[in-house]
Amino acid sequence: MSSDILILAMLDGISYAGLLFLVALGLTFIFGVVKILNVAHGSLYAFGGYGAASLGLWWGQGSDSALVSVALLISGAIAMGVVLGTVLMLLLKKFQDRDPILQLLVTFGAFMIFEDLQRMIWGTQPYFVADVVNQLGTSELMGVVYMNYQLLFVPGAALAVYFLLKWFLNSTLAGRQIVAVTHDREVATALGINARRIGYLTFVVGAVLGSLGGALASPTTSLVPGIGADMIVLSFAVVASAGLGQITGALITALLIGLSRSFCVYLAPEFEVVMPYLIMVLVLLIRPQGLFTVVQARKI
Amino acid sequence: MTALLQTTDLTLAFGGLVVANGINFSLEQGERLAVIGQNGAGKTTFINICTGLLKPSRGTVSFAGNDITGRSPRNIVRRGMARSFQLPQLFLEQTVRECLELSAVARGGKLSSWNPLAAGSTRQEIDRMLDLISLRERQHELCINLPEGQRKLLDVGMSLMLEPKLLILDEPTSGVSTEEKHGVMEILMRALDEQQVTAIFVEHDVDIVKRYATRVAAWISGAIAADGTPAQVLANPLIQREVLGE
Amino acid sequence: MRSLLLALAAAVVILGVALTFPWLKIPLILSLCYGLAALGIVVLLKAGQISFGHAMYACISGYVVAFVGKHYPALDGIVLIALGTLASVVAGMLIGAFVVRYREIFFGMLNLAISMVLFTVLGKFYELTGGTDGVRINRPTLFGFELTRDPYEIGLLLVVLALSLIATFGVQRYFRSSGGQALAAIKTNETRLEYLGISAKKVLWKGYVLSASLCGLSGALFGLSQGLVTPEMGYWLRSGEFVFIAILGGAGHAVGAFVGALLYEFLKMYAAVLVSGSWQLILGAILIVIIYFLPKGLTGLFGKRKGAEGGAA
Repeated sequence: MSSDILILAMLDGISYAGLLFLVALGLTFIFGVVKILNVAHGSLYAFGGYGAASLGLWWGQGSDSALVSVALLISGAIAMGVVLGTVLMLLLKKFQDRDPILQLLVTFGAFMIFEDLQRMIWGTQPYFVADVVNQLGTSELMGVVYMNYQLLFVPGAALAVYFLLKWFLNSTLAGRQIVAVTHDREVATALGINARRIGYLTFVVGAVLGSLGGALASPTTSLVPGIGADMIVLSFAVVASAGLGQITGALITALLIGLSRSFCVYLAPEFEVVMPYLIMVLVLLIRPQGLFTVVQARKI
Repeated sequence: MTALLQTTDLTLAFGGLVVANGINFSLEQGERLAVIGQNGAGKTTFINICTGLLKPSRGTVSFAGNDITGRSPRNIVRRGMARSFQLPQLFLEQTVRECLELSAVARGGKLSSWNPLAAGSTRQEIDRMLDLISLRERQHELCINLPEGQRKLLDVGMSLMLEPKLLILDEPTSGVSTEEKHGVMEILMRALDEQQVTAIFVEHDVDIVKRYATRVAAWISGAIAADGTPAQVLANPLIQREVLGE
Repeated sequence: MRSLLLALAAAVVILGVALTFPWLKIPLILSLCYGLAALGIVVLLKAGQISFGHAMYACISGYVVAFVGKHYPALDGIVLIALGTLASVVAGMLIGAFVVRYREIFFGMLNLAISMVLFTVLGKFYELTGGTDGVRINRPTLFGFELTRDPYEIGLLLVVLALSLIATFGVQRYFRSSGGQALAAIKTNETRLEYLGISAKKVLWKGYVLSASLCGLSGALFGLSQGLVTPEMGYWLRSGEFVFIAILGGAGHAVGAFVGALLYEFLKMYAAVLVSGSWQLILGAILIVIIYFLPKGLTGLFGKRKGAEGGAA
């Protein structure tokens, strides 16, 4: 194996891990509020990607400014995340007190609906808007020429979100309220926290993270039907391996899965798609509660 | 004769918080031990260690002469130590009768995937238990529809169905109204007497302790502060001050 | 007794419809196959668990039928069905031993993950599996008879009907047994189950193997009736369809799975014509509506009366 391939695989992996982390983080966030896995999170990713690409096509054409492109990407993601997140939240509220399995299936139903909506709006032809990648240019790293967008921007955005979120949850009032509500809704409500408002905020933040992942992925992957389905499974693999609710854990696991996947692409392409699943199965086999979770006994 | 339940130097700490502090304890066959203590004194922790829910960081538990330290709840139950719960643990979507029938099958340890549930026990033994816990009239009610007092009774009934050597009752009268408390205890004690089960019960109500216990152990900060007959322990000034709050 | 008569009557009606309208034969066989698989999901629902990967058992069974049929063309269709199902049972035993340690989301997604591994492997190793084109299944003999297409389909329908009746009766019997009641207890209170000295894992494992075998049976029959197996048979969307049918029919009674499957096939036939491009959208919307108004599925409509009767018996 030449060192070029090694570096290439590493850079691909890191960039991919950045996207994976954002989406998985959103999934964990939403899980914190509704205590169920939001299967429709994959749709948020897909809609984020398509939304950002559409904005780029409408307003970004003819502009050479990378700043404009980036702004369009992010605003597309936020718009999609807020709208779809609100829709999902309102839908799930109708099923609040139901069996968790049924709630899970409601998100599955929503996912099926979104999947077709996406096909109706954007068609089945691949979508690809890569202006921003070209605008940001390339760098050379140890003999390998690599896109700045994947080298710096995506991992940078993921890290920025990570640190911002850490700071937000630890140091701001709203952040602490989110932690409190996620930890124990009843106690938090008793302490005078508006659990509903905080719950909505958390849900929407999670949704925006999911669609941001899609938006950042859009310039480097072609958008086709089915990307949402792949992503929900992948991001679940990250969340499950890390342990539900583990932010730093999700970052590390996303790196693990992202890197092993990209090494597979270069070394054993047959196993590329299988790799994340294998890692998840392996992790859960050894540590059923996830890599970074501390086990707690249930009160009886 | 060896003790039925014996612990030596039983210790458990969560971080810096010591919830069981070198407990040496033994219980003979036929005793009715009341466990008293303030909330957080370590009563339930002690029970959880004995029944296998928690693993001690040091010390041993032995039951009927066998070391059961660190065994799973299931293994310990199968050796003859059953427990009831502070919050009744029932199969909410099954009927009262089905819960008892399932417990009866569990006693034999052989589940069948073909024979009907009711075939795993005799009609009479289920009826007898229903009478014993005064739930005959409600036998076809789903558990989810039972009021708290009856849930408690069924919870204990399911454990009794296992015909245990030792039954640990975690606050059998908590959540039950004051008027009902004595009624519930009467029914429980009658059931225990009938099957000659040795019992430990966690209890806050001094009247109930006086009336039904043959022995009392008082817990203070993860250790037994006093152990003896009800009269002795309840007259102990330390216990009166620290546990009973008089 | 009455329910047995009712089931037999339903079987006769289905057979009558198939003979009167020959073009309905294959849709009926397929919907009964879906019903068998959905019945497998119903077993898991009983324990409060859901799997988004059970199509893999149908897929495993289908491929075994295809491979064995290719290499031993003399084997009878019935033997192939048995072998395919056996393969799923073995796979279910192995995978089950691992996944029964998990609940709810983890249980569902692990099944999904394992099924995706299988799906990918089947698609990638072209020389062995024919890739996404799949493997053809030549029409085998049925009970020793070499049949042309039409009688073969009728024969297959009879086999599927008989197996569906047996499966319904067997699963219903299992639900009422102590093992089945313990399975239902996993849903409401696993802690208590352990404190009765019952291993919840072991109970769930048995239910899991049963559900895998039902999906396997379904896959073998599906493959034989289509004459083709493809990796699509194990794709997560297929698993999702099984779940959908199970929810539609409800977990109250084993027959629900078949009622759900017939309705589903009917819906698919008509809705696909009316709104060809938005089939998933309709399904998703129906799923949500059913969960909202009929959380216990179609059989839940009759469940209350039945429950009271069963209690008094």
